[in-house]
Amino acid sequence: MAEITVRNLLHTYSVGTPFEKTAIRDIDLKIGQGENIFLLGHTGSGKSTFVQHLNALLQPTAGEVLVDGEDINRSKISRRDIKHRIGLVFQYPEYQLFEETVQADIAFGPRNMKLPETEVQERVLEAAGFTGIGEELLSRSPLELSGGQKRRIAIAGVIAMHPEVLILDEPTAGLDPSGSRQIMENIRSYREKTGATIIVVSHDMDSAAEYGDRLIVFERGSVSMDGSPEEVFSHPRELTSIGLNVPKAAALASALRDSGLRLNGPIYTHEQLLSAIRCAGGEPAC
Amino acid sequence: MLKDVTLGQYFPGDTVVHRLDPRTKLILVVLYIIALFNTRGWVSNGLILVLTLVCMRVANIRLKNIFKGLKPMLFIIVLTALLNLFYTRGTPIREGWIITWEGMDRAVKMILRITLLITGTFLLTYTTSPMALTDGLEHLLNPLKKLKVPVHALTLMMSMALRFIPTLIEETDKIMSAQRARGADFETGNLIQRAKALLPILVPLFVSAFRRADELAVAMESRCYHGGEGRTRMNELHYTGIDYIALLLGAALTAGIIVMKHFGV
Ligand SMILES: Nc1ncnc2c1ncn2[C@@H]1O[C@H](COP(=O)(O)OP(=O)(O)OP(=O)(O)O)[C@@H](O)[C@H]1O
Ligand SMILES: [Mg+2]
Repeated sequence: MAEITVRNLLHTYSVGTPFEKTAIRDIDLKIGQGENIFLLGHTGSGKSTFVQHLNALLQPTAGEVLVDGEDINRSKISRRDIKHRIGLVFQYPEYQLFEETVQADIAFGPRNMKLPETEVQERVLEAAGFTGIGEELLSRSPLELSGGQKRRIAIAGVIAMHPEVLILDEPTAGLDPSGSRQIMENIRSYREKTGATIIVVSHDMDSAAEYGDRLIVFERGSVSMDGSPEEVFSHPRELTSIGLNVPKAAALASALRDSGLRLNGPIYTHEQLLSAIRCAGGEPAC
Repeated sequence: MLKDVTLGQYFPGDTVVHRLDPRTKLILVVLYIIALFNTRGWVSNGLILVLTLVCMRVANIRLKNIFKGLKPMLFIIVLTALLNLFYTRGTPIREGWIITWEGMDRAVKMILRITLLITGTFLLTYTTSPMALTDGLEHLLNPLKKLKVPVHALTLMMSMALRFIPTLIEETDKIMSAQRARGADFETGNLIQRAKALLPILVPLFVSAFRRADELAVAMESRCYHGGEGRTRMNELHYTGIDYIALLLGAALTAGIIVMKHFGV
């Protein structure tokens, strides 16, 4: 089980050059096993920099990252092994595919973990299942598939390592709505079947409202809000002031309220909006 | 980390040296090199040294930056100095030593010459953006077009290469991180294992380089690019007063050094 504690994290890029830039500072967070987190924030707010600290791809300039109470940067070995436990899918991961077949590409991670070949193959099939990659695709070259398919292969490549924490940096960037929904559903099914912690970096408030249980909002390198969707979306003005918005359902609900309709309860997903409107219309189910 | 590699880095600034026309600076560097190879005595060497230091001062370039750039050349500099020190005949410094006064003299001059040569070219690349540099080069090489040398295509290739080096370095960095996140190991293992470990970086890098090249070609064509013929530019190069002054000074200095050579100073 993996419990992540981040203490006083600070990261500065290109220290000692004219291009020095502090990307994140003063970050204190606790992330429990099995949490389902969305990381939100304006472009350049430090989200990608932050998640790369969680599996020791970047080392803190100051502060520390602990997993189950142990500093992940304590040795070279721990830095390597943590990558097996905390899986990170980069932004636009389709550009990292390199093997001749989809199957071999998904197997790259498990093989690096030195697992026996039979287990590697089992994991490939299982990861392909989680991400909805049909068997007929496994022997094709990843380079000749569509963008959405490539994206799912790249995600499968990380899932095949069975990470206890799965981090995805903008997994739906550049996909159409149905492609995005499929990927979010794939991630949800991985979480439900394995109990893994999920951290999704996103700009999309609607999917954060629909799929997230805890939202962490970054602003200029620090955490500015941290709470349930209900808490975070009850501060629409703060969100707009840092360049974000509220989910469409929440915006619509507040417009309806302004025009006199009485809607009950917090509303930030489509379902909530729908049932609130039904109630306002006097349906008996309320 | 890979990003810290710098190739002919440009330090933006607003000094007289920065404002000189790139063609002027290119010509001056050529004159400088000619002068440098015609130094004989200590007077001419000293003159160029002082001049270089003054230019650095004016261009606001610190010695520290020059030394950083010299580091990769250190081996060659030391080797040349040592060879000169030990293999020059003359009067030994002391009875029975191989090191001669002439050798000392030559070794120091050699160090000075190589260092100044590199410093001079650094002054050019530190104060001129790559774009301005290729622009200037294209103008200066224009006469070669008469000889059917594809000057425009060559300088275009050069400016594109310069433009994409940082992009490719950044991309390599990103791909390496992504593969590391999948447990790839680039640091340990024997030579063969390490060479094999490069595959997951090289394949995506090539794929994306070709994709980029393709996109760039399409983007250029859809904006009606069809070679250099009849192409005008947004920023025309113009010589100004300081360019003429700088060129005159440069020419005078080089002539002076050549004259001094005949007097052995
Ligand atoms: N390799 C790097 N070198 C120098 N600065 C960097 C590097 N990567 C990011 N930065 C800077 O750090 C800051 C935070 O960047 P980061 O990529 O973490 O933001 P982000 O929140 O992920 O943004 P986006 O939503 O656009 O992906 C930015 O100002 C960026 O310019
Ligand atoms: Mg990012």
